[in-house]
Amino acid sequence: MATTKKKVVQWEPVDIKAELLKQYPAKVARKRAKQILINEAQENSPPSEIVANVRTIPGIITMRGCTYAGCKGVIMGPTSDIVNLVHGPIGCSFYAWLTRRNQTSASGEKGENFIPYCMSTDMQDSDIIFGGEKKLAAAIQEAYDLFHPKAIAVFATCPVGLIGDDIHNVARQMKEKLGDCNVFAFSCEGYKGVSQSAGHHIANNQVFTHLVGKSETVKTDKYKINLLGEYNIGGDGFEIDRILKKCGITNIATFSGNSTYDQFASANQADLSCVMCHRSINYVADMLETKYGIPWVKINFIGAGATAKSLRKIARYFGDQELSDRVEAVIAEEMPDVEVARLDVYPRTQGKTVMIFVGGSRAHHYQELFNEMGMKTLSAGYEFGHRDDYEGRQVLPLKVDSDSRNIEEIHVEADPLLYRPRKTPEEMQALEENGLKFKEYEGLNPDMENGTIIIDDLNQYEAEKLVQLMKPDLFCAGIKEKYSIQKLGVPQKQLHSYDSGGPYAGFKGAVNFYQEIDRLVNSKVWGLMQAPWQENPELSATYVWE
Amino acid sequence: MRKIAIYGKGGIGKSTTTQNTVAGLAEMGRKIMVVGCDPKADSTRLLLGGLAQKSVLDTLREEGEDVELEDIRKPGYGNTWCVESGGPEPGVGCAGRGIITAINMLESLGAYEPSEGLDYAFYDVLGDVVCGGFAMPIRDGKAEEIYIVCSGEMMAMYAANNICKGIVKFAQSGRVRLGGLICNSRNVDNEKEMIVELAKKIGTQMIYFVPRHNDVQRAEINRKTVIEWNPEVSQADEYRGLAKAIDGNTNFVIPKPLEMEELEKLLMDYGLMEA
Repeated sequence: MATTKKKVVQWEPVDIKAELLKQYPAKVARKRAKQILINEAQENSPPSEIVANVRTIPGIITMRGCTYAGCKGVIMGPTSDIVNLVHGPIGCSFYAWLTRRNQTSASGEKGENFIPYCMSTDMQDSDIIFGGEKKLAAAIQEAYDLFHPKAIAVFATCPVGLIGDDIHNVARQMKEKLGDCNVFAFSCEGYKGVSQSAGHHIANNQVFTHLVGKSETVKTDKYKINLLGEYNIGGDGFEIDRILKKCGITNIATFSGNSTYDQFASANQADLSCVMCHRSINYVADMLETKYGIPWVKINFIGAGATAKSLRKIARYFGDQELSDRVEAVIAEEMPDVEVARLDVYPRTQGKTVMIFVGGSRAHHYQELFNEMGMKTLSAGYEFGHRDDYEGRQVLPLKVDSDSRNIEEIHVEADPLLYRPRKTPEEMQALEENGLKFKEYEGLNPDMENGTIIIDDLNQYEAEKLVQLMKPDLFCAGIKEKYSIQKLGVPQKQLHSYDSGGPYAGFKGAVNFYQEIDRLVNSKVWGLMQAPWQENPELSATYVWE
Repeated sequence: MRKIAIYGKGGIGKSTTTQNTVAGLAEMGRKIMVVGCDPKADSTRLLLGGLAQKSVLDTLREEGEDVELEDIRKPGYGNTWCVESGGPEPGVGCAGRGIITAINMLESLGAYEPSEGLDYAFYDVLGDVVCGGFAMPIRDGKAEEIYIVCSGEMMAMYAANNICKGIVKFAQSGRVRLGGLICNSRNVDNEKEMIVELAKKIGTQMIYFVPRHNDVQRAEINRKTVIEWNPEVSQADEYRGLAKAIDGNTNFVIPKPLEMEELEKLLMDYGLMEA
């Protein structure tokens, strides 16, 4: 029957790995083999090493994006009141326009929201030949005249780097000329680095240099945190902010979902940095600590259990009974609804299997939600993670190779005026002893079961092969993989842009996610993928008059 | 139509030699177009009697896409057509991309069509082939013959050898061939013999030895080629000789560039590098 799924013979992980590599030329197979890891017991033995953040082999259809995508698209894109001006031919700007589903409440002072605009210098052949600096200056002026924004961010695309336009100098001159507008630029040409990860780093550096600490307004709230690495896809940030507010915790700055200029500029006034996506923003977390004395902890608001755990972590840091009580009250109030929704889907989702290949943290975080639904992650990996995102921060510092050397490392020192340790060394030590780990991220691998397959920089070929061999009930990746996977008869959920869904963070998000995944993995449509004659090629019939 | 590119070390006299040779070919009744591929746009100054040319890229920038062939080529001495690709001021933009755009523009406007009746198209290219744009004239379908202007000076020979390496790359995938070395004399000892030997080692010929003469300077000050300035002087005959040699040349090869040691040995053998 069409609805019965043929379960293949149970493959051993080792054989699956061999099967993935079989088609490759020897040299490619050797390189890919180091990026495909069979997860194994880690107690008493050092964790296995995975090769990550290395160049994709030419010819392989990678899932990765470019450096410009990481800088403009991911980090700066979600900001509502900073004009994002792309210096380059129009395609780079147009195709990065409104594609990440970052939402904004336009909460800036004047309610500005520049996200719906696509601004570019639209370079032509003659700008490449004669240089684009004048056109860039004119575009900055035009954007300023139109919107009078607090800041204009300029992004370099590949040709700008090739012809050597000095965008930083243009930005400096325009900032001086305009007087009341902070203009700064990002040398985030697409070809730099091996993936979008390089763009995150470049963005982190410039945001820290040009924005953080520039605000005069003094924040006086009691429990002040920064939320780093939350991009408000499908409204995730709104849900997290709702919960934080309910707990009485003030979120000074989100980097960078639904963020404003003033949020970035006041980030130095928070007392704790909470890191969601470790990969894309840990540089800022470190710099905030070094320069201003703000400690950071890793948190995760994906999954109801993880949300509760993260809230408790924050409460523990502030060490105030009043806050702890309020956090407990909020959890107690929110959880029953979540439980109802969870128990509703659980009988249908339990035992289903999933593969997750996204980002530098989502492949890890979403396993929380799937665990809550009783679903098992068979295989996972990052597009642009580094070794520390897999194996944990104890592998740091990593060897600096020529690709990472291409990205500027900025040197930060304690600010002579603004550096203020938030806790005494004794207090920090007491918290650590109590189980609150600072500057700590254990990575994806320890949270995955033995025998699961962890693959860095998965590609089109391996993705299809993997799905064919292991027949998961769900595959999570991005838009590029969506339809090739679905053609194999397996539903695909986009965990970059959430298709058209979300929020999936926090408590309400968890409910949304349970329902969405239940709908996907239990849809009967996947059983109808094959036409009747594909299963039974011989048709039999009788003549009407017989 | 024969399509010829002239390469050589910066300052060696490519533009001067090209224009004087073109004057000689024009005198022979040949119809020629000269395309200057240098952002400085000074490759047709002598044929036009001064820097009167508006470059292809300037025209393109001012007129937009709406450019006519007559906007970008000017008639010069001896019924020649003169074109300057032009380019950005030093230090900005991409001159290489400019040359690519300019040559594509000429092609799309039909400057090379048989109806134009050209016998020769000459490309006078910037000294060093620093990027893809400056190799544009020797890519497939563009120039098919290359002459390298050099002298007996070490660096000029070194540059000539390097240019040969570039030619090999394009020759293997296309039709471009080396037609010979033009020695533009700097009065170095044993110069003629040395260039003949270098040419032989590279697998080509020294197509002509142009002696050094102040009349070239005098003609240049008057914004003229030697033949136009004073057809009677001996130097005019030298350029006529070079024009004839090119016109009758049938020796086209894929060069065999030398190793650095071989090049140094050549200089030693001819007594320049005395220990």
